[in-house]
Amino acid sequence: MKEKIRVGFEGDFQVKEIDVAAGDPAPWDPSHQFTIVGTRVPRLDGKAKSTGEAKYSIDVRLPGMLYARILRCPLAAAAVESLDLTAARQSPGVRAVLAIAQPGEKLRFAGQEVAAVAAATPEQADDALAAIRVAYEPRPFVVGLDAARESGAPLVFEGKAETTTSGGEVETRAGNLARNGNVLGPRSSSRGDVEAGFKKADAVVEATYATQVQTHSALETHGLVARWDGEELTVWASTQGIFDMRDQLAEALQMPVSKVRVITEYMGGGFGAKFGPRVEGLAAARLAKEAGAPVKLFLDRKEEQLATGNRPSAVQTIRIGATKDGKLTALQLTVYGNGGTNGGTGTSGPVKNVYACENLKVDEYDVFTNAGPSTAMRAPGHPQGAFALEAAMDELAHAIGMDPLEFRLKNDPSAVRREQFRQGAEKIGWKTRDARRQTSDPEIVRGVGVGAAVWYNTGDPGPRATVTIHKDGSAEVEHGAQDLGTGSRTMIAIVAAEELGLPLEKVSVSIGDSRLPYAPDSGGSTMTPSSAPTIRRAAYQARLSLGRAIAREWKVPENSVKIEKGRVFVPGDPKHDLAWADACKLLPSPGVAATAERADNHDDAWKRFTTGAQFAEVEVDRATGKVRVDRIVAVHDCGVPINRLATESQIQGGVIQGVSYALFEDRILDVATGRMVNPNVESYKIAGALDVPEIDVMLVSVWDGVNNTNSVGIGEPSTVPTAAAIANAVSHALGVQIREIPITPAVVLAAVAAGERRVAGAGHAQRGPGLREEDVEPADARGGRS
Amino acid sequence: MSDEPRGGFTRRDLVRGSLVGAIAAGVGGKAAAAGLESIGPGAAPLELTVNGTVHRLSVEPRVTLADALRDRIGLTGTKVVCGRGACGACTVVLDGRTVCSCLMLAQEASGKSITTIEGVAVQGRLTPLQEAFIAADALQCGFCTSGMILSCQALLDRNPKPDRQAIREAVAGNLCRCGTYNHVFDAVERAAGLKTAGNDTPHPASRIPDPASRFEDDPRVATAIREALDQEGMA
Repeated sequence: MKEKIRVGFEGDFQVKEIDVAAGDPAPWDPSHQFTIVGTRVPRLDGKAKSTGEAKYSIDVRLPGMLYARILRCPLAAAAVESLDLTAARQSPGVRAVLAIAQPGEKLRFAGQEVAAVAAATPEQADDALAAIRVAYEPRPFVVGLDAARESGAPLVFEGKAETTTSGGEVETRAGNLARNGNVLGPRSSSRGDVEAGFKKADAVVEATYATQVQTHSALETHGLVARWDGEELTVWASTQGIFDMRDQLAEALQMPVSKVRVITEYMGGGFGAKFGPRVEGLAAARLAKEAGAPVKLFLDRKEEQLATGNRPSAVQTIRIGATKDGKLTALQLTVYGNGGTNGGTGTSGPVKNVYACENLKVDEYDVFTNAGPSTAMRAPGHPQGAFALEAAMDELAHAIGMDPLEFRLKNDPSAVRREQFRQGAEKIGWKTRDARRQTSDPEIVRGVGVGAAVWYNTGDPGPRATVTIHKDGSAEVEHGAQDLGTGSRTMIAIVAAEELGLPLEKVSVSIGDSRLPYAPDSGGSTMTPSSAPTIRRAAYQARLSLGRAIAREWKVPENSVKIEKGRVFVPGDPKHDLAWADACKLLPSPGVAATAERADNHDDAWKRFTTGAQFAEVEVDRATGKVRVDRIVAVHDCGVPINRLATESQIQGGVIQGVSYALFEDRILDVATGRMVNPNVESYKIAGALDVPEIDVMLVSVWDGVNNTNSVGIGEPSTVPTAAAIANAVSHALGVQIREIPITPAVVLAAVAAGERRVAGAGHAQRGPGLREEDVEPADARGGRS
Repeated sequence: MSDEPRGGFTRRDLVRGSLVGAIAAGVGGKAAAAGLESIGPGAAPLELTVNGTVHRLSVEPRVTLADALRDRIGLTGTKVVCGRGACGACTVVLDGRTVCSCLMLAQEASGKSITTIEGVAVQGRLTPLQEAFIAADALQCGFCTSGMILSCQALLDRNPKPDRQAIREAVAGNLCRCGTYNHVFDAVERAAGLKTAGNDTPHPASRIPDPASRFEDDPRVATAIREALDQEGMA
């Protein structure tokens, strides 16, 4: 059905005609008087989580349950000569033993899985691991990104590049790409004519930017509890996709999907790394089968750091040109990413999609190393891509003598983000940023920087939900979603309560079970834009069913009953007008229910990117090199926020992970042994309470009409521009462009030294933002760094 | 990891060494009287007093207090994240002091009074701090929350009106990966009565008084909006 809707954001609305699917409500209009949507709703599981009652998968205890552990390869590259499990089988308490690697198999990183055991207690499982005898043939290895690119470097994959363990899986596209030693690619894309664009430019800058490996470090580790009941398998998993987990388990174990059940009631974070059963999940299921008893297999922190994925490091070279009036003419990115034993390390999302540039060229290479495989992590490719792009934008703005924010506004095609830039600039005090640089202490300087975010998803069709309205007026939602900690459970309740016109306490929600109606994976920031419109559609249809049921009771025409603002009535007929609860009493005992499948996106509505802009204010100690982030202003859109409180929390979290990425986190591999030297959370430093800045979260509501709740996700865009903004703020403070993260004291001191050399060479003592020509190259070839 | 002992030392060695006296003293009067009697390496009896309830267990000396609470007693509100005292997720209160239960052997805790997160709310009634955590959304995935709450409660017990810096320092040993810190600080301030709830803002649509008015400079758009709204009966 054709409907006219308004799309846009405050100050910039337009009318669009869209095709609304039968049985779907039209998208909420900007003038809609919401009751709950958009307010701050404390999450429904707050009590369970604050009292310790919440049972995470890692907390599940079953009668007769065994504890499993995994033996891992201590070498960066090795072939298994022999594997003797005999003594382990005879170790006290052991009930099942499993070989994961086979004699002759090559192992490609320190931490790769070799064997697993299940025993009556965790300590007995430890003892049994110690009883496993493995003979390894050590093989040559390489762990550094640059070292791996050299000719003659040890080959991570001698034949076809594919990994069979640790969830590492080189993109299937890899088959068509050139391979040169450990380097795969390039994946290339272009538009316009980049060389012609550079010829048109009045200024061109070219620089190389380096970023590190970041690990997800979710607090709950990977793993699951597996229980067989005859030929049926139930697992309690820490997973971002219970249906994906179900399907992958069924496929790997060659059993019907209908015989596998996956439960994730509460979950301790994921950040992109928790998809599919992976090696440990399949091991647990197989050990449980062999032992005839339930098995719990959860990794410890060290295993989590070594083998469960990471955000790949990257070395990005950007060449960028503009006319002197600030118009981008050409943009070129060449990136080498260290995927460990995996691929998919590209970073081109921001370069391709943030600023308007007619002439573009991108070449992305994956580099294999003997290190744990990379995997999707919160906005894959984007924080590293944004860091490089935004640094290059600042360098180019400087080269043409233009304010970096003005330069961005001139080239940003997104009206929403231009508004976000303006709001954020006002909040952070952009205009006075130069005046704030100097402090009373000559060694302490301050800086303000900016970065932009782009993201894509507006959700996908496929999810289903059932909404039941009971005889007592309460309602129930069934939707098999997992809640990683993002607040999905509460979001679902809010949407149903809004559509039904009920207070939140009358709505109960069942999630986290593959026996419930299909729900999407929590990935790509698609959960809310996929689920929320599904819930609204099911609630809308349940409400229509209620109207029809009441009409039958009242013996009035089926479509004459209206339900609004807690009343059920026939317009203009005072005899037929009841409060919601009284009307529901008329229902037959099963109540009424509707199961709905999410409608397609309205591609005829306002298709756009999700956007964000972040500003950072930092203080830098030139004597010690220490950086302190004082404040982040984060201006984002997540469509129309459903739960303002949880949205703010998500953005806080994205920013804090970005601060941590900008200043601290770094997986360090020892060049001599190929082993990770900081597989923990004290020397793999993560931002803590003393490191977090004040964060101003500002939301620009956007009605795009693409789905019926105008929802998009916020998990990923919120972490994209933080490191970029911080690096540019430090650069502003020092007057020298920072070209690598994490911005450790060593990086800052090198930048200070470079600035001083420049000053000495120029024969004048000015310090300030005029010092960018002789900047700090990444401390490369990053020798031992991974 | 399997290629070296968990935690970098063998707990068995530790038990046989310097802690023998202390542990033996904790196990019971008879052992204490004997002075040097050792326990292990097999399971040994143990009494743990947790949240006012006495639990009689039999665990190997190498079992940590965290593992005893979680795997043997079933009090899984205590979380283990790093296993080496770096993250605070396993925080419990032992004789009035917060400790990392992953760094302590269960046998060491014998005879002491242990409070876990499950013992904080009294008969289902949440404390003001727990209420404040919920109201301020100081929890996301919730995995750090048990430790956070116990650390913050310990702060409030010794300093009922902490400033922001004191709060930061009190949870400096509690790692949160979701990034709840600022909301944790808010929650403590609320619980201490230093900050009132004032977070409720009008819903987003209320900032848009007249949908069409801002398009008066483009009469076609303004008219189209009014027509669309009229059709929907929304004007």
